[in-house]
Amino acid sequence: MNIFLSLIAVLVLILIAWVGAGAANLQFIFGMIMPIIGLMLFLGGIVYRVIKWARAPVPFHIPTSCGQQKSLTWMQSSKLDNPSSSLGVIGRMLLEVLFFRSLFRNTKMELKNGPKLVYGSAKYLWLGALAFHWSFLIIVIRHFRFFTEPIPFFVNFMSSLDGFFQIGVPVLYLTDALIVGGLTYLFFRRVVIPQLRYISLFSDYFILFNILAIVITGILMRYFTKVDLILVKQLTLGFFSFNPVIPEGIGSIFYIHLFLVSALLTYFPASKLVHMAGVFLSPTRNLANNSRMKRHINPWNYPVKVHTYEEYEDEFRDLMKGAGLPLEKE
Amino acid sequence: MYDAGKIITGIIIFLVLMTSPFWLNIASGKGSYKPEIKIATEEKQCVADTDYMKAAHMDLIYEWRDQVVRNEKRIYTSSNGKTYNMSLTKTCMNCHSNKSEFCDRCHSYVGVTPYCWDCHVEPKEVVQ
Amino acid sequence: MSERFDKKPDELVQIDHKPPRKSWMDPKVEFRRGFFNYSANPKSVEYLGLPYARKWQPTDADWKLPPNWKEIILDGLRERIHRFRSLQLFMDICVRCGACADKCHYFIGSGDPKNMPVMRAELLRSVYRKEYTAAGKIMGEMAGARELTVDVLKEWFYYFFQCTECRRCSVFCPYGIDTAEITMVGRELLNLVGCDIDWITTPAANCFRTGNHLGIQPHGFKDSVEFAIDDLESIIGIKTAPSINRKGAEILFVVPSADYFGDPHYFGFLGYMALFHEIGLDYTFSSFASEGGNFGLFHSHEMMKRLNSKIYMEAKRLKVKWIIGAECGHMWRVLHQYMDTMNGPADFLEEPVSPITGTKFENAKTTKMVHIAEFTADLIKNGKLKFDPTRNDAYKVTFHDSCNPARAMGLLEEPRYVLKNVCNYFYEMPENTIKEQTFCCGSGSGLGTDENLEMRLRGGFPRGNAVKFVKDKYGVNMLCCVCAIDKATLPAVVDYWAGDVGVCALHELVGNALIMKGEKERDTDLRGEPLIGKEGGK
Repeated sequence: MNIFLSLIAVLVLILIAWVGAGAANLQFIFGMIMPIIGLMLFLGGIVYRVIKWARAPVPFHIPTSCGQQKSLTWMQSSKLDNPSSSLGVIGRMLLEVLFFRSLFRNTKMELKNGPKLVYGSAKYLWLGALAFHWSFLIIVIRHFRFFTEPIPFFVNFMSSLDGFFQIGVPVLYLTDALIVGGLTYLFFRRVVIPQLRYISLFSDYFILFNILAIVITGILMRYFTKVDLILVKQLTLGFFSFNPVIPEGIGSIFYIHLFLVSALLTYFPASKLVHMAGVFLSPTRNLANNSRMKRHINPWNYPVKVHTYEEYEDEFRDLMKGAGLPLEKE
Repeated sequence: MYDAGKIITGIIIFLVLMTSPFWLNIASGKGSYKPEIKIATEEKQCVADTDYMKAAHMDLIYEWRDQVVRNEKRIYTSSNGKTYNMSLTKTCMNCHSNKSEFCDRCHSYVGVTPYCWDCHVEPKEVVQ
Repeated sequence: MSERFDKKPDELVQIDHKPPRKSWMDPKVEFRRGFFNYSANPKSVEYLGLPYARKWQPTDADWKLPPNWKEIILDGLRERIHRFRSLQLFMDICVRCGACADKCHYFIGSGDPKNMPVMRAELLRSVYRKEYTAAGKIMGEMAGARELTVDVLKEWFYYFFQCTECRRCSVFCPYGIDTAEITMVGRELLNLVGCDIDWITTPAANCFRTGNHLGIQPHGFKDSVEFAIDDLESIIGIKTAPSINRKGAEILFVVPSADYFGDPHYFGFLGYMALFHEIGLDYTFSSFASEGGNFGLFHSHEMMKRLNSKIYMEAKRLKVKWIIGAECGHMWRVLHQYMDTMNGPADFLEEPVSPITGTKFENAKTTKMVHIAEFTADLIKNGKLKFDPTRNDAYKVTFHDSCNPARAMGLLEEPRYVLKNVCNYFYEMPENTIKEQTFCCGSGSGLGTDENLEMRLRGGFPRGNAVKFVKDKYGVNMLCCVCAIDKATLPAVVDYWAGDVGVCALHELVGNALIMKGEKERDTDLRGEPLIGKEGGK
């Protein structure tokens, strides 16, 4: 049910852009207004979310230790999976953010006859996630060729690397294939694995469909239906230099692509996609396991009602005396 | 706000990266740049109509290459019945003779590096 | 086992991990016998000064909630969102990738889809969405948002007391989302309307009053220690002389109360006393700080702090230099990650230095409390102890990493180093079941009681199954661990799933193997079992 609803929602977005920019000639709205609203909501929203998180303190030092602690000098400690220094934490975070360290640990439990539980290695999720996220990043960077003039050198370098195999004309970008593969995998596992289907919400599918639609319209423009890139760049460059222009003659598919991106940007901060920023703030990952070496301060550490030794001795004095235990007050 | 130093640094890095196209364009001052191309020819009509050629010339050239190299077919018939020799250097570059002022201007504008010249010898530029 | 349990393992293991097709949004739960814990005794609730003490049971239709219960919970949630970045973040950033799903011992053992860590969090998250997010307010169920109803509250009670806060899910989560944080807050919220379980509240009340969960009064504590002195003397032929509440001792030694009252913990207690006697350690027990464990951790952050406070208070009163903590899992979670923050700074203590080896415990510089496995490993490394590991030859040992020392500390190699020095036969369980990936005993976080026995056995299935694996493969017959809850609950779990495997403390094996000056020739180990080759000796 959620799957169909979210698919319909994305189709509605496509239809809106198609009718709006194609039939109703509202290119300025879809080419300029929507993207700028999207971008502003995206940036403002992310900053708002991060500041909101930051306004809540980390009262306790709760890293999840995933390796040997630093204790005795002669005992080898796990510097990345259980860091005790800031440098180690930076390393742990880099591994987490760039290479999805924790997901790499993933296993799949199976209950066999015996009964016997086995935990197989399950790297597909890691691989699929890595393929999707890295492709997405590279694709965004590649798009800088439309955003700036002149094009920064590393953008062209990245494009040529991405098209290394020179398959077809225009050259096939590997990331285009990888992101389609990644998204398809991420979608199918939600549908096929019963546990995943159980936990998946409308928004989980919607986000996948939305991104997939962005990718597909992009691929269509590049390899199949073609748009005049000189006109496209005039529009995007105008956008990114505060010189709004809507050149005549860009196909509707471009406006559909752009509107889907604007939609993604708009709801990004209000959705689970904020994990992009949130992962950096996760207290089980970004703290060094040094809570016995360095005192962690809780800003709201309010006094609580405790039971003092004096109260304890008052209650049990006779018994303690009888047992010959030392007393504060005879 | 807690951990303000680290978090504000992070936010600033994020904002700078995300808005970098704006700053890069301001710095270069080329925000309204548009490539001008020069065509030194008497011909009024290309092998296909202009809009198609602007968006999809690479498809046509690629198709030509396959026809010539793989099928030994050399003659292209355009939609209005005119025939052309399928040749990049002899047909296309006959009119579009100046690579740097025709091909390269647009290609570098949108960051495209075609691999035509991996095989073909780059034509000598006519110094104007 | 006071409750009868007659399901066979073959029957229990018929687990369907496939969730139903219907949506999880329906909160109705059935409180089945063996799966939930009884409500807190109102006397304990009152003693601790907690709100809404009353007689009720989870199986009652009417939980006698205060009329404004919903307001209380929502205010409580709002307050905690502002207090805990972890909570707010973990509510916001889960992408439901499902990596955590089959990592939870309760899900593995029960197949109940709401025991998938992601779902457990979603139970709270759905209410959070409804109350605090735009999407949830506008789109309702489509955005995964749910109204807080009595049924939702009951569902929380059921599932937040089916989580042992073991943190295994947080190892696998790409964002480190820790269900323990969510469960802890969930339980705090339930406490606000007087919905707690007795197995947590009554030990906490005991601990507040007498200093230990079992409610042992000072003279009783002294009796226990004296009993242990006699027992130990009959085995090793040496009369040890630990002191209680002695001012000016160098070290305060804090143990979980089960160590001097429970079986098999007790043999480890004998081991500590033998070890400290042998090295001539100047230490004292405290009859008030007679509990290192902290059921407050399972109740609320506030209760944790209240119960923990006595450790530093006693260290200060007794004017010791620093503290050693015995083998206990969640006790060490509190000592390592919370104590200094909550009840520190311990500026009246000195930085821990081993009086025997001179080793500075840099890793405990500010908290000033050292884990006994760290302390013993250092002694062994410096050649201060002599062992006869053959005295443990009756045991083929495997080591169970307790959740908290493993995942909230990283105490992995110290106990192994000690083990390898004191016994000849040590075998590891499969790698996905040890160290940071270790499985819970299934009874942690205050759930180790009889009324939820079926759930405990189900939760203990992954651990029990791994023990069975090494039992079948290597003939393992002893499971060593460093946690009081493990020692209390694993015997039943291991017996059920693997059979004929004992459970012991690390320092029981140390005590067995330790060659002491002036000891008599030992015929038995600390359990009084004849040593191999000495069977006919007596």
